[in-house]
Amino acid sequence: MSRKRRSEAAARLQARAPIFAALGDDTRLLLVAKLCGGRPHSISQLTEGSELTRQAITKHLRVLERVGIVRSIRRGRESRFEFAPEPMEGIKEYLEFVSEQWDQALSRLKSFVEN
Amino acid sequence: MNDRIEKRIELRASVSRVWRALTDYREFGEWFRVKLDGPFVPGQVSRGQVTYAGYEHLKWEAVVQKMEPERLFSFTWHPYAIDPKIDYSKETPTLVEFKLEQTASGALLVVTESGFNKIPSGRRLEAFRMNDGGWTEQMKNIEKHVAQTP
Repeated sequence: MSRKRRSEAAARLQARAPIFAALGDDTRLLLVAKLCGGRPHSISQLTEGSELTRQAITKHLRVLERVGIVRSIRRGRESRFEFAPEPMEGIKEYLEFVSEQWDQALSRLKSFVEN
Repeated sequence: MNDRIEKRIELRASVSRVWRALTDYREFGEWFRVKLDGPFVPGQVSRGQVTYAGYEHLKWEAVVQKMEPERLFSFTWHPYAIDPKIDYSKETPTLVEFKLEQTASGALLVVTESGFNKIPSGRRLEAFRMNDGGWTEQMKNIEKHVAQTP
């Protein structure tokens, strides 16, 4: 990896530091693991099997919501939470990704025709 | 907004050798990592199965646009249309062009892919998921880790 690429990768990781920080907690990690199956959960469902109160669980969910990997949806009087990581840098990241795929494909083409 | 990707690569091989690698469906499949059902024909759909490790369940589909011998090969497709449940045919595809030029040492290949601004924003998340560092994968790892170490 070139120095430029490495520093870009570092910058991307740095931008995600708040997310890693939010995940650096056993309770929150467990909540994310429960939600990452894709189905929204109510606070009661998320509190089940935990020694923590609804209030404590709600507080942890808000932390995850603030960094943008969990989203709450209101249904009547109840809030449900779902795992919803947003694309970090939108189109820029997408183009970088496609661009990288081309680099790999073309380097395979190069060894294919030159050998 | 940047709407295209352009790659230039110098190849130490003749233009006709590179043309064959690009347009013979078996040779194309070798380096692009796809097993195609049959030859490329302008105006026709090219179908096949992805052979890229980890993505073998995906289908390949593109519409061949132009084949001007030893000069231009192009097709349209839906880049990294990786969710088998989504019908991508309603989306505007991107255009991929391979242009060849002879050089002193072999061939210059210029690849462009354009039309990204028409891709729905929801799709970008999928590309992100497909990436090695994708969240879904990460989360599965966390889930596994959490399940193993209660």
